[in-house]
Amino acid sequence: MKCRKCGGAAVLELRRHNAAFCAADFQEFFRNQVREAIRKYRMLEREERVLVAVSGGKDSLALWDVLIAEGYDTTGLYLDLGIFDYSVESRARCETFAAAHGVPLLVRQVADEVGAPVPVIQRVTRRPPCSGCGLSKRYLMNRVALEEGIPVVATGHNLDDEAATLFGSVMHWQTEALPRQSPALPSTHPRLVRRVKPLYRLSERETAAYAFLKKIDYIVEECPFAAGATSIAHKEVLSRLEDASPGAKHNFLFGFLDRARPAFERAEAVTLNECVRCGQVTTGTLCAFCKLADQVKRSV
Amino acid sequence: MKVVLRNPRREVDVPGNRRVKDVLRELAILPETVLVIRGDELVTADQLVSDGDTIELRPVMSGGADTGPASGRPR
Repeated sequence: MKCRKCGGAAVLELRRHNAAFCAADFQEFFRNQVREAIRKYRMLEREERVLVAVSGGKDSLALWDVLIAEGYDTTGLYLDLGIFDYSVESRARCETFAAAHGVPLLVRQVADEVGAPVPVIQRVTRRPPCSGCGLSKRYLMNRVALEEGIPVVATGHNLDDEAATLFGSVMHWQTEALPRQSPALPSTHPRLVRRVKPLYRLSERETAAYAFLKKIDYIVEECPFAAGATSIAHKEVLSRLEDASPGAKHNFLFGFLDRARPAFERAEAVTLNECVRCGQVTTGTLCAFCKLADQVKRSV
Repeated sequence: MKVVLRNPRREVDVPGNRRVKDVLRELAILPETVLVIRGDELVTADQLVSDGDTIELRPVMSGGADTGPASGRPR
């Protein structure tokens, strides 16, 4: 198999693009996709700081690597979920990456903020562990960005993540979720920072390949709580479709973004308030994070 | 040849001297769900692997907590 660009030996085939690339040309392809994502959705300004949410996994570290290479002023944020050895190892990957690149890394402990680590939150709430984990991450990413005066949070969500989320929303016709599925969400309240996903044009196999080729030491092991997660079941279904029809995930997501999302966007009208306790944005009076923290405190 | 699988990490022996895509098919692994690694190089599905080779099939799928804006409505 030959590289589409230089004709040399290919290291990666991208069936959805009917192409294959050598290592150097694939990395250029990858960076071009990120540049195009940032340009199309006006995700980032050159002079502003960017908070990059990092987990120690391939996607977030690949994203951080590209943004640094592109010259953005980045600060990493690692949220320590307290998931036993997994958190210890993933944090170490982030710290090693930050030190090697000479970039700042902020670390926050979920246990300090909520009152207990994710495994305890799961026991107390009796909800899937990903529920309390996702809620805590979303809340803390926004709050830390505000505290640090950083106007935008970048996450490592890729094409597969986005297609799987869209699939889940459509499967349950969660029409209220559809307008918020976007590669870039603007700040709609003074206490909400912008949120962007510069990897949305790239599959997770492509981000894994980029991380491997750049010799990024990421954590390959899956979160022990992710087994059986609905998002993984959705990804497995979509991967079978992709295998049978290369480009299926791309067409599903990009078709939605280009043609369907605007219709749902017009239908959404939400009033945003500030949580009476912490001041973060909520649609009610007490935000879900404070409610979660209350529940944990009552039980621990 | 030896095939290293992950999550959990384990090794299996399969016949070599055939293309990577044939190995993946035997193991019922979709090509789009793994990186195929031999030494410190990525290997494409059409490449031949020999009996003496060791390849790692590194999964690329991750999941779990969604921190994306779709689920990120402030609550």
